[in-house]
Amino acid sequence: MRYAETGINLEIDLSRRNIERVETDPRDTELFLGGQGTAAKIIFERVPADCDAFSPDNLLIFSTGLLHGTPVPSANRVAVNTISPQTNLLAHSLMGGFFGPEMKHAGYDKIILKGKAPELSYIYINNDTVEIRDASHLKGMGCTETGDVLKKELKDDKVQVVAIGLAGENRVYTASMDHGHSSAARGPAPVMGDKRIKAIAVRGTRNVNVAHPGELFALCMKLHKKIAESDGCGDWMAVDEDDSFHHDNFAWGNARTRRRGFWSKELEERWKRLKYDHMERQTSCYNCPKKCRNVIKWPGKNRFGYKCYGKDTYHMAAFKELDFSYEILGIAQEYGLDSYSTPQVFAFAVELYEAGILTDKDLPGFPSDSGDRFFYLMEKVVHREGIGDILADGVWHAARRIGKGAEKFDHNTIKRFEQLPIKLGKLNPPYFLMIATAEKMAITQIEGSFPQDPLPTVEEREAFIKRWEAVPDERFIKYFMEWEKRNEISNEASCAITDWNEAMHYIDDAIGLCGFVSSFRGQFGGGVAYHMNNIPEILTLATGIHFDKEKLWRCFQRNRTLVRAVNVKRGMRRKDERPPEDHWAIRDKGFEQRLLDDYYAFKGWTKDGIPSKATLDFLNLEFVSRNFLENNILTGEENVPLPVVSVKNREAQP
Amino acid sequence: MSTTGRKRVIKEIKVDIKKCTGCRSCELACSAFHAMPRFSSINPSRARIRVFMDEVNDLYVPLRAGGYIQAECNGRNLYVIEGKEYSECIFCPASCPSRRYFKEPDSGLPLKCDMCEDIPPLDAPMCVQACKFEALTYHTREEEINEEEGKYDEIETAYRHLIKKHGKSKVLEMFNRFNGEE
Ligand code: SF4
Ligand code: SF4
Ligand code: SF4
Repeated sequence: MRYAETGINLEIDLSRRNIERVETDPRDTELFLGGQGTAAKIIFERVPADCDAFSPDNLLIFSTGLLHGTPVPSANRVAVNTISPQTNLLAHSLMGGFFGPEMKHAGYDKIILKGKAPELSYIYINNDTVEIRDASHLKGMGCTETGDVLKKELKDDKVQVVAIGLAGENRVYTASMDHGHSSAARGPAPVMGDKRIKAIAVRGTRNVNVAHPGELFALCMKLHKKIAESDGCGDWMAVDEDDSFHHDNFAWGNARTRRRGFWSKELEERWKRLKYDHMERQTSCYNCPKKCRNVIKWPGKNRFGYKCYGKDTYHMAAFKELDFSYEILGIAQEYGLDSYSTPQVFAFAVELYEAGILTDKDLPGFPSDSGDRFFYLMEKVVHREGIGDILADGVWHAARRIGKGAEKFDHNTIKRFEQLPIKLGKLNPPYFLMIATAEKMAITQIEGSFPQDPLPTVEEREAFIKRWEAVPDERFIKYFMEWEKRNEISNEASCAITDWNEAMHYIDDAIGLCGFVSSFRGQFGGGVAYHMNNIPEILTLATGIHFDKEKLWRCFQRNRTLVRAVNVKRGMRRKDERPPEDHWAIRDKGFEQRLLDDYYAFKGWTKDGIPSKATLDFLNLEFVSRNFLENNILTGEENVPLPVVSVKNREAQP
Repeated sequence: MSTTGRKRVIKEIKVDIKKCTGCRSCELACSAFHAMPRFSSINPSRARIRVFMDEVNDLYVPLRAGGYIQAECNGRNLYVIEGKEYSECIFCPASCPSRRYFKEPDSGLPLKCDMCEDIPPLDAPMCVQACKFEALTYHTREEEINEEEGKYDEIETAYRHLIKKHGKSKVLEMFNRFNGEE
């Protein structure tokens, strides 16, 4: 019997209309856990290196996390993976809500789509019933609207639906897929549109079993309480109305202007009223005792939900105020546009217009108000009409297609993906590494465990480390105690800190925990619910497979290296690991390159950022090393030390 | 109405639908508690509580299963509360032939909330324990037993006596015979 997981993947070939249930190898669970880990393996093995994102051979994989459907609180993140048309690399995308647990109750760990449907279709899954159905009546419909219509048609409010809007149907690169008020961005939605799949509707009524039910349940009740009561968990922006952090520090427009002192008490009061006058409810994801989503009803518009910084991106890109975001978010959500990258594309177009690179010929009747301009651009982009067809491919591609100096305005992408609009003074070494070597594209998917800033006094640091349950190893305590100035930190510490930050995300992505109670939240105050010291026990109780800290850390190293391998196979190398030139005002190229050398060595990768044969074999990734030798990506002669393992099991310590 | 002077404890779960966040922890916990053996499986479809959710219209209603009815209602009410429309069925706890609610997914047998009766009794029912938003709260109060019910109490005592003396099947046989004669 398989515990925590179902052991079954649902494989759907849309071109041949073939549906299969495929039993998975339990050894893969022990090695890769599940979620994005096992998805990356499938993509490495089955998607050819030269396969285009819009080829029928590209796969689109929806993965439950290993802990979905178990009583473990806040385990609900679905990983959606594919090859992204924007980056031509592995797309890393996560979505909260209810979809993953429902998939598991239907009996599936993964839904794997290949090929293309001849006509717009949706997939209906109800336990053993799996059908590819006509979706012509849903064409052009909004994301949450589609979910609503399908629930009514299927006469069941418990059907969980993920859908694309017009943006996804038209293969807009910055499209997202939405499931209620949760969404998955960064690449998969245009691929879903290309496969002509409007939506997937899942309903499941089967049991999920765990190996040690009584013990796990008792532990989960404690975790529930802890998460509910801890201010170290959840999105603090759902409750704290002081958002000076983003407004005073992040860059407005096309990642252009910092407006220090923008925030004021008067503004805070005004915005707070705006929020609470229109907020109907705060909602949770499946089995989570936090409520991070703010549900807003704006006059004359559809209800929409947002989390965290998602409420700031549009008005900051357009130099407007919160009411503008509220005005546009409901519409953008129905179109299925990612609220992180899309506003940057619009702000980029506005800059090009002001610089005379785009003219009235490209933008006939372009309004003068920046807010009206955003609405104008949104229509063009989601319909891929005129210049919108070019802008729909994101800033990097659009800049190159427009030419005439537009490339200079593409100053905030890495690996062709729009980054958070942060422009800083001095270089912060761990952040240099996290941004340069990012394969998840968004810094929020990489940072998160080690504190963002040092504490000023030794006493404060000592008090902090006393209640630092999450710290995986003594070495991080040492780094933290010795840390005085944010930008002054040893290369060794920078590498280890980056590694730990990555570790928590790669584990969450595989087991399905939400970053707000785990990988993302430790950096602010340390009081996070899940960490390297308790996840092994939780996994053991749920799966019946023994996990300890070292074994779990090895799973992280394996999954992280495998994701790198997928991208290396597609041609990614050291040359691509360059943060935007103006990300920091003061740069030291020599130092940066030495730091990158040290990071690659720490990881057991070559100077070109390729995992060595010895590293791959050490991590049980022989199928990767074989492939790399056959394709001359490696010779096997590379002399690189094995990766550093930062943790030890307590038993093993003297 | 006159009373018997005797009292009984009424257990209540108060539902504040404004506070419900739709987390469905209550469904999960109820299904785990009623799994055999206890906690051995999770399946919200087997829960005796069900959170009706409609994100588009912002309707969230946790509802406990009230048991089986033979036929659906032949007319329905539509409630409008603070501008939002709720169908009567959203508030109805019945395991009713017209809908899928509150049925064992495999057998179709009706589900009914048992208030998590247990020995020793729980501090609060599982669904309440799982709800961290105070959308579900547990209360007990005492209520006097009125005469009508008192009468049935006597009948109940008499039946118990008969069962003890003659066994369940004999009493049932007798009851069925009387029932047929009528
Ligand atoms: S912490 Fe917030 S975002 Fe994360 S699962 Fe809970 S409600 Fe969802
Ligand atoms: S009281 Fe107990 S049986 Fe009834 S719905 Fe709640 S958890 Fe289920
Ligand atoms: S646990 Fe409480 S808040 Fe969550 S769905 Fe149930 S009633 Fe609503």
